Amino acid sequence: MHRSLRTKHFRWNVCISGVYSTAAHTLRVKQQIKENRKRALLGGGQHRIDAQHKKGKLTARERVHLLCDPGSFVEYDMFVEHTCSDFGMEKQKFPGDSVITGHGLINGRIAYMFSQDFTVFGGSLSSIHAKKICKIMDQAMLVGAPVIGLNDSGGARIQEGVESLAGYADIFLRNVLASGVIPQISLIMGPCAGGAVYSPAMTDFTFMVEDTSYLFITGPDVVKSVTNENVTQEELGGAKTHTTMSGVAHKAFHNDVDALLQLRNFLGFLPLSNNDPAPIRICEDPWDQDVPALDTLIPQETTEAYDMLDVVYNIVDERDFFEIMPNYAKNIIVGFGRMNGRTVGIVGNQPKSAAGCLDINSSVKGARFVRFCDAFNIPLITLVDVPGFLPGTSQEHNGIIRHGAKLLYAFAEATVPKITVITRKEDHESYDVMSSKHLRGDINYAWPTAEVAVMGAKGATSILFKGKPDVSKYEAEYVEKFGNPFPAAVRGFVDDIIEPRTTRWRICQDLDLLKTKTLKNPAKKHGNIPL
Amino acid sequence: MCINVMLQNGYHGIYRAISTSSSYFAVFRTDPFDPNESRFDKILIANRGEIACRIIKTAKEMGIKTVAVYSMADSSADQLQPENHILNMERILEAVSQTGAQAVHPGYGFLSENAAFVGRLEEAGISFIGPSVEAITGMGDKLESKRLAQAAGVNTIPGFDGIVKDADQCVKIAKDIGYPVMIKASAGGGGKGMRIAKNDDDARDGFRLASQEAASSFGDDRIILEKFIDKPRHIEIQLTLCKGGDKHGNAIYLNERECSIQRRNQKVIEEAPSVFLDEKTRKAMGEQAVSLCKRLGYYSAGTVEFLVDSQRNFYFLEMNTRLQVEHPVTEFITGVDLVHQMIRVAKGHPLRLKQQDIPIKGWAIESRVYSEDPYKNFGLPSIGKLYKYIEPLHIPNVRCDSGIDEGSEISIYYDPMICKLVCYGNTRKEAIDTSIKALDFYVIRGVTHNIPLLRDILTEKNFVDGNISTNYLSEVYPDGFKGRQLTKTDKNYILAVAACVYARRDIRSYIFLNERVSTAKHKEPSHWKIVLQLFGEEQLCEINKLNGKFQVQVGTETITVEDNINLAKPIIEATINGDPCVMQLVSTDSFGKFQISYQGTNFHILVLSELASRFLKMMPEKPKLDVSKVVLSPMPGMVKSVTCKPGDTVAEGQEVCVVEAMKMQNSLAALATGKVKAVHVKAGDTVGEDDVLVEFE
Repeated sequence: MHRSLRTKHFRWNVCISGVYSTAAHTLRVKQQIKENRKRALLGGGQHRIDAQHKKGKLTARERVHLLCDPGSFVEYDMFVEHTCSDFGMEKQKFPGDSVITGHGLINGRIAYMFSQDFTVFGGSLSSIHAKKICKIMDQAMLVGAPVIGLNDSGGARIQEGVESLAGYADIFLRNVLASGVIPQISLIMGPCAGGAVYSPAMTDFTFMVEDTSYLFITGPDVVKSVTNENVTQEELGGAKTHTTMSGVAHKAFHNDVDALLQLRNFLGFLPLSNNDPAPIRICEDPWDQDVPALDTLIPQETTEAYDMLDVVYNIVDERDFFEIMPNYAKNIIVGFGRMNGRTVGIVGNQPKSAAGCLDINSSVKGARFVRFCDAFNIPLITLVDVPGFLPGTSQEHNGIIRHGAKLLYAFAEATVPKITVITRKEDHESYDVMSSKHLRGDINYAWPTAEVAVMGAKGATSILFKGKPDVSKYEAEYVEKFGNPFPAAVRGFVDDIIEPRTTRWRICQDLDLLKTKTLKNPAKKHGNIPL
Repeated sequence: MCINVMLQNGYHGIYRAISTSSSYFAVFRTDPFDPNESRFDKILIANRGEIACRIIKTAKEMGIKTVAVYSMADSSADQLQPENHILNMERILEAVSQTGAQAVHPGYGFLSENAAFVGRLEEAGISFIGPSVEAITGMGDKLESKRLAQAAGVNTIPGFDGIVKDADQCVKIAKDIGYPVMIKASAGGGGKGMRIAKNDDDARDGFRLASQEAASSFGDDRIILEKFIDKPRHIEIQLTLCKGGDKHGNAIYLNERECSIQRRNQKVIEEAPSVFLDEKTRKAMGEQAVSLCKRLGYYSAGTVEFLVDSQRNFYFLEMNTRLQVEHPVTEFITGVDLVHQMIRVAKGHPLRLKQQDIPIKGWAIESRVYSEDPYKNFGLPSIGKLYKYIEPLHIPNVRCDSGIDEGSEISIYYDPMICKLVCYGNTRKEAIDTSIKALDFYVIRGVTHNIPLLRDILTEKNFVDGNISTNYLSEVYPDGFKGRQLTKTDKNYILAVAACVYARRDIRSYIFLNERVSTAKHKEPSHWKIVLQLFGEEQLCEINKLNGKFQVQVGTETITVEDNINLAKPIIEATINGDPCVMQLVSTDSFGKFQISYQGTNFHILVLSELASRFLKMMPEKPKLDVSKVVLSPMPGMVKSVTCKPGDTVAEGQEVCVVEAMKMQNSLAALATGKVKAVHVKAGDTVGEDDVLVEFE
């Protein structure tokens, strides 16, 4: 279709050179702009759009419109065309090429975005495609606004060869430079394979759409030829794989509409840049009242599990909690909530899963979240009930020391307001790790059920009284001594022992107090987190 | 004054103080407390939950110290059998001697009708706040009680005079009496271990299930049979008698309660008085009940239950030798505090009241608020944690007897009753209206509850007219309860409120209190075009915000809703077209799934912008679980038995396993004939709602 259009343009050009008329020229240019715009809006054409819909996916443009406030999207580079003249590509050009870029408003706030258009060359990344993305990223950095990438791309534009690879690298560089300056969010809404995966991997959050999105370095065909493994796209790099096993993605949504609406909601938790404070929304949920439900959450039996999410829901505004990685490393909970309207990052051990112990995956999950919050001025609320680090050869051999250190490093490094509540156990080295007073925790509370000890009573007494006859007697003594919040409280390691029902209003009060907190780490190029 | 006692091996002190929520027990008192009367110093309450709170309340008012015991089963999932706790007589006796209590109030259930327990207390010189061992023994056994009733000249139902040995005999006797027959636990009460049989198969199944339930609930699997009376009303007479009442004539009846609204023979709504009784019948029933008690030498509070047929013939059903769940309705209309009377009588005081002192003043209705799903068989247990719980006590003439607080967990180990909502009025209509209002303002979050059903019954024509029987539910809702049936206006109101909630959420998401201001296009919206979906039907809707009001265009109708909706409040007191209208905002999410409750029922509404709605239609449907190939647990509970194994071929309707929760046994059957592919549970497993138990090929 577009080839015939181009032929028509050519005829007009002949005409222009023959009889020169400025008025006609202006009209024709106008007409041409109109035509190109119309073509740009159609992407790869109606039948490709239909094919996209058939797969259960929205088009790049539909996605942008749903993401932005009505009528607020401002598009850049609608007229750019790829520059490749090999393999007959010069005859196939689409205005705007395979990505839509620009900025729009999300609940009235500015955000830059790109949306890869699978209907044009399978959304493949040409050099101009990359340049378009880089342009909006540069501008987002200038003004200080988030960048949202809606990824739906078959990969590099093979016809362009190294030009395309260079394009990826240009984006990667910008991802890195923007890291910690503006929030970067990737929503994978189709394939994202090969080198392309590293851009989402470097953004702050990677979300996926169930059943229609894939992320992998090498696809099932290559896997088959190299390792002889038979694996489907879904198993190799589907939403389930990445949100439960690999930890590459932070959350999955049911479909495009769900994903985009939730993304709008998610943006409301984040500041626009590292120069902005954590946003405060109008709070309709009274912040200054007791929450009696908190009093009964901790079971009487100290070994019995409970759901830390119940604590979270009962302290945040309106039980509204946006959990990050809800299905990966479930022994730690991370996510965003609001307290008296202000966004907070919540980190909590989850006794319901693996007794809430820290292991490699939960340490890494927690550490990355803490660093995000610290980078973007979001106060940290830490809910502690941790029996220790998970023992075992698998953990030790895979480097729990190195990975556990990440969480320790992240908490210690963080200069945002840090409020910690020990709900129950805090044993072992994990005591230090979980935003303890020693790591510059601003306000640390213990519930009456809190216990702070070097290790469980059984373990401790078996070491202390090795070989002695009635170890169980000493065990009781150990429990008596450390099975309560006093040892920590008398040393000032916790600031107060509080009734659980008061937790919400106390934290809200503290957050207000700490809003003027200023703390700076020593000047340095950057620290050296144990990666 | 409430002392919580820590007991070894399975008991511990109450973590939070017990509190009764209501400020009063009735509107007036016929027999006020006499501070000069001698009384116990301290009593122990061998029960839990609402009834423990209820007893403590009166005891406190009388100036008596109380000891409460609690079991670990309240919080611990490891302690599987409640019998190990509250029912454990030894532990209670230990607690009595530890705390120096002079008397024990057993509440209802548990040890309340356990003659051995009363005997042990007597031996220890502790008063039992209830009747004598003989009375409990005599009346506790259905068969024995029937004989005694007959001997006392009380009308009884035709039936088999003995214990049914096995299923075959059950079928034979049933045939002799003539179907339908009632199969019930000899030791039972409260509807547990009761089955109705309409044919031989029913009789066989009924015998087995009833005896199993009887064994697990009462530790006694003896079963009796009797004629089942069609269209019966359940009307009971409350009595109170002092010790030696047979000699001194000091025995009075406190009129009747009608408890005809029942599901599976368990009471749902009770009222006093009954619309059905005339003065003559009331007097005859009361006098028969009194004569039975006198013959027994009965003292303390007790209830004689009757079945009343359409001709006002009444038959003795059983006598409950304890305080009953539904006692508050009697307290409201007579002004007599039954717990007060029980404690006085146990102390040896005579009644100060005479029969002629007992009024019927006003009308009281008790709605039992249960943690259960009313859409499943009028109520299957549901469990969870009450993260939000607000009783409607701001409404006058409302009493809530409950033993739970915000944060309480409803477990599978006890009865699922959350609260007894008792509402009072000068007339039945007033009592009904107050009940409706109270239910509309009752906030329960975290468990599925039966308010939808209660609220619907209270407005149902037959109920309002007093045209009820124990078959009420199955007759009024022959296909099961399906939720509130909405008129067009109701539907539009719900949609309009959902639309306003959407608009309010949207406006709020635009307002940040601490952000750089953008001059270009930073305004929150004031006009919306959305699509609402309720019951799968779509409705395009336009909203305009004007002068603090939302103008909502639903179809051809324009509805005005005041902008006073607080998104954090559970109750929406909306003003729709100028009229007040109460709804509850149960939940919202950022996708647009809202739950709004109106007239008791929860409605699920999907609210999307026009664009999102159009796009959503293009999204593929997610595949659903084929339920004909699986048997799901209808409720959380414990697997009692599994009667199939992989490879078995089972017929449609054949039982594959039995799940027990809150002492109710539910036989689960295959939905289609097929071969068993996998059995995912074994006896003793704890299962959640909708867990897959058995899979078919």
